[in-house]
Amino acid sequence: MELKFELNGKKIATVVEADSLLLDVLRSLGCASVKRGCESSNCGLCTVFVDDKPVLSCSVLAARVAGRKVTTLEGLQEEAADFGAFIADQGAEQCGFCNPGLMMNAIAMFRENPHPSEEEILSYLSGNLCRCSGYEGQLRGIQSYLAFKDAQKKGEV
Amino acid sequence: MRHVNQPVRKKDAMALVTGKPVYTGDLRDPNALVVKVLHSPHANAMIENIDTSIAMKVPGIEAIFTYKDVPQKRFTMAGQTYPEPSPYDRLLLDRHVRFHGDAVAVVAGESEKAVDKALKLIKVAYQVLPAVLDFRTAKDNPVLVHPEDNWVANCPVGADNHRNLCAHDEMSHGDIEAVLADCDLVLERTYHTKANSQAMMETFRTYTYMDTYGRLNVLSSTQIVFHARRIIAHALDIPKSKVRVTKPRIGGGFGAKQSCVTEVFPALVTWKTGKPAYLVYSRQESQTSGSPRHEMEITVRIGAMKDGRIRGFDMYTLSNTGAYGEHGPTTVGLSGHKSIPLYNRNQEAYRFTYDVVYTNMQAAGAYRGYGATQGLFAVESIVNELAAELKMDPVQLRLMNLIAEGQVPPAYYYEPCNACALDRCLKETAQRMGWDEKYPCRDMGNGKVRSVGVALAMQGSSISNVDIGGATIKLNDDGFYALTIGAADMGTGCDTILAQMAAEVMECDVDNVVVYGADTDASPYDSGSYASSTTYLTGRAVEEACEKLRESIQKIGAALMKCDVKDTDFDGKTVRCVSDPQRSVSLVDVATASMVNNQFETQFTATTSSPVSPPPYMAGMVEVEIDKATGAIQVLNYEATVDCGTVINPNLARVQTEGGIAQGIGMALYEDITYTDKGAIREDSFMQYKIPTRQDVGRIHVEFESSYEPTGPFGAKSIGEIVINTPSPAIAHAVYNATGVWHRELPITPEKILLGEKYYETSSV
Repeated sequence: MELKFELNGKKIATVVEADSLLLDVLRSLGCASVKRGCESSNCGLCTVFVDDKPVLSCSVLAARVAGRKVTTLEGLQEEAADFGAFIADQGAEQCGFCNPGLMMNAIAMFRENPHPSEEEILSYLSGNLCRCSGYEGQLRGIQSYLAFKDAQKKGEV
Repeated sequence: MRHVNQPVRKKDAMALVTGKPVYTGDLRDPNALVVKVLHSPHANAMIENIDTSIAMKVPGIEAIFTYKDVPQKRFTMAGQTYPEPSPYDRLLLDRHVRFHGDAVAVVAGESEKAVDKALKLIKVAYQVLPAVLDFRTAKDNPVLVHPEDNWVANCPVGADNHRNLCAHDEMSHGDIEAVLADCDLVLERTYHTKANSQAMMETFRTYTYMDTYGRLNVLSSTQIVFHARRIIAHALDIPKSKVRVTKPRIGGGFGAKQSCVTEVFPALVTWKTGKPAYLVYSRQESQTSGSPRHEMEITVRIGAMKDGRIRGFDMYTLSNTGAYGEHGPTTVGLSGHKSIPLYNRNQEAYRFTYDVVYTNMQAAGAYRGYGATQGLFAVESIVNELAAELKMDPVQLRLMNLIAEGQVPPAYYYEPCNACALDRCLKETAQRMGWDEKYPCRDMGNGKVRSVGVALAMQGSSISNVDIGGATIKLNDDGFYALTIGAADMGTGCDTILAQMAAEVMECDVDNVVVYGADTDASPYDSGSYASSTTYLTGRAVEEACEKLRESIQKIGAALMKCDVKDTDFDGKTVRCVSDPQRSVSLVDVATASMVNNQFETQFTATTSSPVSPPPYMAGMVEVEIDKATGAIQVLNYEATVDCGTVINPNLARVQTEGGIAQGIGMALYEDITYTDKGAIREDSFMQYKIPTRQDVGRIHVEFESSYEPTGPFGAKSIGEIVINTPSPAIAHAVYNATGVWHRELPITPEKILLGEKYYETSSV
């Protein structure tokens, strides 16, 4: 079947099977940041935005995004680099395989709640598994990014 | 130091956080044949007949291979130095399938749909055989996992396939029976650790293709490119010169990728068809046909005096290697040799005996900690039990008995302890945890109890007299350096820390060192990234190669200045004539001159091995909260202090430690691989095999207490593995301190905590 949607700001027309998963279609369209870590919607690696809301692309049929707006990390390179630098400054990216999903969901969190408490951060991102970092470095990175953003707003940096 | 001991950002960090295509699955040819494996539905069976004719008719199917199509020479998938201690007990595909998940056939086709359809259409008639599913009954069981005649053990590891024995050994120092007989108190306890999955986020995957020269190229998510080359050549029975193995970025390994779990299957397809091929294991396959931690049952006797002096250990380890012997004979050794030496101070004798048995269960492999994790659960737990029996504070009991610098522990292969800050680690951790106030527990008055637990750990740094570290450094235009390594950065950051060391010696910026690896054609030989060897051994190779290059730079500079090389020095930017400082040449000029009519080497390789494997040490303390009504347990705080010698990169060492502790918490509290009575694994997805989320690990706080290891680069030891070892015994201790019940079997689930002793009376474990 033909599928038309907007991917990272560009109009896409492609052909998919009725049972194609969004994850596989996005990867076939060159969005390599979208990773698969499980088959059971547990790991969060495949997080993308559909109409600016984070979803697990492993659990969305590609056909469902017809006419809608899909964003992957390829479409958020500036924000990813901006925030990712704080993760990198902790060494918390480690193997990096879970990073795109974490970046997407963290960016979604920053948009939804620009001043999350520690508890809110842990809760919002609890669906993003990471086997390398033990999560502490990610938390430090997120908190220092938020502090930097605050200081930036106040004109301190 | 300018670069060593600095929190340098990882060289690949920005590519990783912005999601660049750098992994095997991103780099493969999208038109490569899709390869999948048909797995055995039986724990032990003989293939009576296999019919692929209907499956071959599925449009788009390129090839289907069965046991009839593969070489009949056995090999091991274990990434170890040749001759491997792991027995040669595998064929690429075998008529005899030995666990639920063993490979039956390999299917290659143009699309996943076609391959999935063909997998269902392969008709297999199995003669189902009785299976060995309890490792306690495996030795001398009438059912043999490997009855075949061409099974080979290359090393004298005490293996005997006609007894289901993958390895056996006994070693001792002193007269343990006499020492124990003379002790005031002897405790004997049995501990049981389970198989765990590494659960790295990137599952096993490999891409293969033929190159211009008719060679098989293998791009794989592997920790061991050189071992993989040999293993693939053995499996296909082709010359090693026909194989090249490279690795891109790796999405985590933790030892899983120290076995060639997937490489051989697409390699077979490409070698036979000439076409590019790609295989990726699903999470389910990674859980059921992977290379998990060895399940072990460890019985320890400890002998001590009333004043707390620990005089002897007697340990017997029974290890379950599953259907194949990958890493079986070696992991078991660490269960004794990397636990008993912790209490060396008053130790007069030890004995360590082990059996490693074959069963019809998922073949085990290497997982971070590699046997030490299992042994330390037993030793640290029995030391905590001893403290309780003696009514002594477990921290004080340890301080009385700890290994210290200058000792030569017999249980650690008589290798000298050159660098050890374990006493400082323990005291610092106790202070930060507030041990004296919190030990043993506090009733919170709301149905919840908070308690603390303690454990120590050690590991090694490379395999002494076996492992090899290799590094090549090359001077380039404008004076930048190319560092080529055979070790595999799997997210750990070794590309970066090795560049830091190179920059330290060359006195340049870390950005002035580019790193390439690992590639069997281009890299200097390196045994690979395992056994906590890269910082220690490859690091030393980097140091040595760079020293040689410095000398050569001075030679070129001396020739340009027409002065004696002994009369020069080099500060990283300029070669100067010492007796006449007006005369100097820049590194840029030296680099340029090295490319015009040059007589001097500008590329150096250093190779290192070590007669010792200096242990890093660590203390860990946990505070947990237990709900008395439900048995629910929450980790609140984890304090850890690590002595890894000089810390090369504090950020990366800290994250390694935090990550290892989080994995250890999972192992302690819920990660488990269990089997149905037919031998199928129950925890075959992240739905059942729960790994910790960020809400499950409490607050982890890590500090370092450095010692200086004279044989290591800049005084460094290792960090990668030790960090997973303390959570299980520390948490078991905390649970005892809250409930009065010792849990000697992992994982310690809420059900076990709630039922306490009753759990063990009513269930067969």
